Amino acid sequence: MSFWRQPGFWLNVLLVIIGGAIVLLLGQDTLRETAFTVLMFIALASSLNIIMGFAGYVNFGHIVFFGLGGYFGFFLLSELGWPLYLAMIAGGCLSVVVALVVGAAVLRLRGAYFALATIGINEAARAFVANFGPFGGSTGLYVNFSAYDKYGGAGPALWWIFTLLWIVTIATVVLSYLVKHSRFGLGLIAIREDEDAAMVMGVRAPWDKTKAFALSAFFPGLIGTLYFFKNGNVEPEDAFRFQLSLEILVMVMLGGKGLVLGPILGAFAYERLRGYLLVSPIFKNLHLALSGSVLLLIVLFVPGGAVGWVREHFPRLRRVLE
Amino acid sequence: MIRPGNGRVHLGEEFIVFSQLSASVIDGLLIGFVYGIAAMGLSLIWGVMRVINLAHGATMALGMFCIYLLFTEVGVNPYLGLLLVVVLALIFGFIIYMAALHRVIQAGYLYTLLATFAVNMIIIGIGTTVFSTSPRNVDFSLGSIDLGPIILQGTRLLAAAASVVITAALYLFLYFTRPGKSIRAVSDNRAAAELMGIPSSQVLALSFGLGTMLAAVAGGLTSTFFPFTILSGSTYQLKSFVICVLGGLGHPLGALFGGLILGGLEGIVPIFMPVSWVPVVEFGLFVLVLVVRPTGLMGAK
Repeated sequence: MSFWRQPGFWLNVLLVIIGGAIVLLLGQDTLRETAFTVLMFIALASSLNIIMGFAGYVNFGHIVFFGLGGYFGFFLLSELGWPLYLAMIAGGCLSVVVALVVGAAVLRLRGAYFALATIGINEAARAFVANFGPFGGSTGLYVNFSAYDKYGGAGPALWWIFTLLWIVTIATVVLSYLVKHSRFGLGLIAIREDEDAAMVMGVRAPWDKTKAFALSAFFPGLIGTLYFFKNGNVEPEDAFRFQLSLEILVMVMLGGKGLVLGPILGAFAYERLRGYLLVSPIFKNLHLALSGSVLLLIVLFVPGGAVGWVREHFPRLRRVLE
Repeated sequence: MIRPGNGRVHLGEEFIVFSQLSASVIDGLLIGFVYGIAAMGLSLIWGVMRVINLAHGATMALGMFCIYLLFTEVGVNPYLGLLLVVVLALIFGFIIYMAALHRVIQAGYLYTLLATFAVNMIIIGIGTTVFSTSPRNVDFSLGSIDLGPIILQGTRLLAAAASVVITAALYLFLYFTRPGKSIRAVSDNRAAAELMGIPSSQVLALSFGLGTMLAAVAGGLTSTFFPFTILSGSTYQLKSFVICVLGGLGHPLGALFGGLILGGLEGIVPIFMPVSWVPVVEFGLFVLVLVVRPTGLMGAK
């Protein structure tokens, strides 16, 4: 498949590559912190999009993979002294295993029943980890400061973490594009449109859904490890924020679900909007109400998201914006 | 009152175990009635409209604050205040339906979920600005009845009694009045109901209003025995999901049964393991029931 000749592929990937490269070249700490959040949101939203946008299964517990994978990676890193990249990959793999086990049971449910079950999984995972001794119970874990020494102290370590996150985000976007344009991705889209019809046509729906679920779980596990290592601690309330699950969902909707570019732009726009509202003296207190109003307007009047709207009104751009 | 267990029960002292168990279970069951009312609203909205109402918890919190303001500012008896809450919540539900749901009701559950979540954000956002997040409580007591090891608080007894009355009223409404029968018809098959001349938009608005009303009333009843903030609703909303699934999604009257199971669990579990394990058991059960029997324990087909 000659995806490297497609303008849609390069638009998506270059956006992330250039954005991250500029931050690395400028080398400012404040810019890096903002860019970290943006890249993290892009990767989380893009990975959620694989199961939600392509396969049409709305997961309210996407953050479970971020939390569990992150906890596991952080544990290996801080308690057992694993190197960061290995711990990160181990975190991602744990998320995949959890997704395979949970998915086998829960993906039999359809529509709103699946959505409800994922809410339950999020709460169950949070409550379980808060009681789980090796992970520090409700107080969580704190990083062993010698872990930063390998990377030349806490300052350079933060740049190292950022670079890894940048690579992970690029990988997420590339994979998201590849999935969308593969036979597997077409199967997922068929499942989204009509699962029964797709099965009649020969799509192996149960296995494809589970694969998509596991794939979407891998990246949050990586990112969780990076995020908690950056913060220096991990606790259940921070790792399993239901609110964050919903915010990622909003980002996907904002940009346009089922498109590769949608979650990228949605995550960027949401982070900027939230940042603006939080520091603005007028809107500071009402930022939640305003975000809610924006979401309501999008749901009611622009259901395809920003990119979806442009695609609908300017058909010529469809080859580029995908 | 619960005599806190913390799982450190000496097995030899059977009487203590028994009395502790019964006190804790009865207390849990009384609260379970109120949980049931909240879940009934969620279940009704799901059954009729196929909408998971993510603004349910926020509405409960509004019910709590309504009672709080009436009681502390105006001095109205909380149970009298509930009558006003009923009317206000019904109107509030109509408004939410018209503003946020009517346009997307055919668009599938993702859009209605997000629309109700947006409403939730708006309520919480404004509520935090107006009321801040410091805890409030309605300092109202009806005394208590002492039965040996078991002490029954008046507010909880009355709340449980009110829940039974509300359930009975809802049953009579759904099965013996014209609007109630229309609700059940739309719940069964919206397209067929429309062909029979039932104005489905009005029925949907009414159902959402009723669901909102049940949430607000449950919130009002809870406010008389637990302290709360504008954010408290989210915990009860999650409990309501669990209850709905236990009692059967879309079977409002099964919700009372689910509420009793959950309340009972909350009473029993802390005796055998630390309190912090209660949510693990609750949500584990929730996912299990959903996967094994999505129609609920009550066993509708």
